[in-house]
Amino acid sequence: MNEYKGIWAFSEDHSLLLEILGKGREIADKLETEVTAIVLGHNVKEKAEEAATYGADKVYLIDNPLLESFQSERYLSALTSLTFRYKPETFLIGSTKDGKALAARLATRLNTGCITDCIQLELTDEKKLVAKKIVYGGKGIATILWQVKPQIATIPLRTFTKLEFREKKGQIIQLDVELEEPKTRRLTVRPLEVSRIRVEEAEIIVSCGRGFEKKEDLALAEELAKVLNAQVGCSRPLAEDRKWFTEWIGLSGHKVKPKLYIALGISGVIQHVAGIRDSKVIVAINKDENAPIFEIADYAIVGDIHEIVPALIKAFQKCLQK
Amino acid sequence: MLRVIVCLKQAIDVTQLKMDSKTLRLMTEEAPRKISDFDKNALEEAIRIKECLGCEVVTVTVTAEEAKTTVKEALAMGADRAYVIKDPKIAGIDTLTTAKILAEAIKRLGAFDLILCGEASIDSFSGQVAARLAEILGIPLLTSANKVIVKDSDIIVERNLSSRYETVKAKMPALVSVTWGINQPRIPSLMAIMKASKKEIVEWNIEDLGFTSEKLESSDMTIEILDVSVPKIERKKRKLEGENAAETAEKLVKALIQEGVIGGGDF
Ligand SMILES: Cc1cc2nc3c(=O)[nH]c(=O)nc-3n(C[C@H](O)[C@H](O)[C@H](O)COP(=O)(O)OP(=O)(O)OC[C@H]3O[C@@H](n4cnc5c(N)ncnc54)[C@H](O)[C@@H]3O)c2cc1C
Ligand SMILES: Nc1ncnc2c1ncn2[C@@H]1O[C@H](COP(=O)(O)O)[C@@H](O)[C@H]1O
Repeated sequence: MNEYKGIWAFSEDHSLLLEILGKGREIADKLETEVTAIVLGHNVKEKAEEAATYGADKVYLIDNPLLESFQSERYLSALTSLTFRYKPETFLIGSTKDGKALAARLATRLNTGCITDCIQLELTDEKKLVAKKIVYGGKGIATILWQVKPQIATIPLRTFTKLEFREKKGQIIQLDVELEEPKTRRLTVRPLEVSRIRVEEAEIIVSCGRGFEKKEDLALAEELAKVLNAQVGCSRPLAEDRKWFTEWIGLSGHKVKPKLYIALGISGVIQHVAGIRDSKVIVAINKDENAPIFEIADYAIVGDIHEIVPALIKAFQKCLQK
Repeated sequence: MLRVIVCLKQAIDVTQLKMDSKTLRLMTEEAPRKISDFDKNALEEAIRIKECLGCEVVTVTVTAEEAKTTVKEALAMGADRAYVIKDPKIAGIDTLTTAKILAEAIKRLGAFDLILCGEASIDSFSGQVAARLAEILGIPLLTSANKVIVKDSDIIVERNLSSRYETVKAKMPALVSVTWGINQPRIPSLMAIMKASKKEIVEWNIEDLGFTSEKLESSDMTIEILDVSVPKIERKKRKLEGENAAETAEKLVKALIQEGVIGGGDF
């Protein structure tokens, strides 16, 4: 009955692909099956080589000028053809915004199930794959399994870690498929200017909330971040309402797992907390002693950011520059 | 005239979702329902297109429960008509089936130019239904819209892709999913609420759309939710206090060094 075999990994974001391969390898070893990376693009031999040393037994490479940059219908048609042809049992796809839509469309073409934004993937005693996913705005964690194959899942950045570089190298197989005509046309691309840095990769994050009333006050957070060699992040209202940032942390924004998360003037509503849950240590500074953020903090300081943050800057300076 | 369809999910108001302290389960049945947040943004966008270019705005909701109150809010905001596909058999269906039902309903509504969805629903947060629906209907999909412009038979969308913005163009009919930042949904006036009571709510059940109950049975589902647990949060919750800010700050620095999250081994 089981004509579906092996674990596949794809992401148009190469570093995310390597992370997914790490997890794919772990599951494949337990199932004694193969891991295949899918690499699409133009002049991407190097990326295929790299995938082959970070856990893939096999790399299906489609190198085509039409795949130079992400285009949903072209990428979708390439993945659909490969999936129909080689029938993977499990297909893990990077959970970028484009990746998520791609996964859902692929699953529709294959008439199968897709679980987005998995925070965990495990095997049951019967060796069935189960996924965990945050639901109800962070109040619940659902455990879900697939009823049909292939099993499609999307994996957010920094959920899993890439393997150490391995000597053992997978086989690269170059393929050709027919690509669909695009239904959409990209006119312009504009990088986000304000926060250039990927907070997902930050070890320390100083995060600002609505407790910052004036834009000038952000200088406080930036100075603290500088002393700690940290990145500055924010809650959604600072980005969406005040437009001081272009990105935010939380359920609908970036999910982060730094060693240290310092929440300044953030109330700690569930949608924000859902994005910081995996931080190693959480520090919260808030003038309201009943702020929900204190329920999920390791260290709580009740006070005004205008008083506490300058004191913190001094204290960190004193100890870190010794 | 242009025709804009808004897919409106009646979702659990997650901010009011409580845990039963005895069973440690979430009380999803008891929690209030509302229009899923992003869908309200989608509706607002549709109404703005109506105000700007003139169009008909209809909403479609697939639900297992009573949704009159929710849908009335949409009509008060400015939708012209609401379709509710209501059937107890819909409880627990997956995103593929939801999209199939939406597609079937939309086909029955006749020609349309634009479908607007939310980027994700607040309760299940799957972010799949819009993509699946576009795929079933075979129309262009433009996700994470931050700005929508209708120009002749084209739709131009600015997409917010967390590391960049993209402007993308497609021919209508098309499906656009919107993010939270696209607009500020209006709060309907009392007048609008009164006027809305005269607007039409069309209710269909599953059989009306040609689905059989067997087809909706769990054997046909692509995924199965085994369990929903409440995440345990194990944090130290230590309150730091000092004579003054400087002393409090010192305490925090010491604690963080002990945790090993700041500094090297130099101090
Ligand atoms: C579907 C959905 C998705 C969402 N996704 C996200 C998300 O991904 N990320 C996100 O962040 N939000 C998200 N939100 C919004 C979220 O619900 C909250 O509105 C938001 O997180 C609140 O931001 P805040 O804590 O900065 O502001 P507030 O809730 O207003 O809190 C400000 C805090 O600052 C404190 N304060 C004020 N002045 C001072 C001072 N001088 N010193 C110290 N403390 C002070 C106050 O006591 C208060 O606790 C989402 C909402 C919805 C509906
Ligand atoms: N039951 C439903 N009825 C109407 N629209 C829905 C329904 N479920 C999802 N949608 C639409 O699809 C979007 C994405 O939902 P989801 O895939 O659940 O995150 C929502 O924002 C709605 O626009």
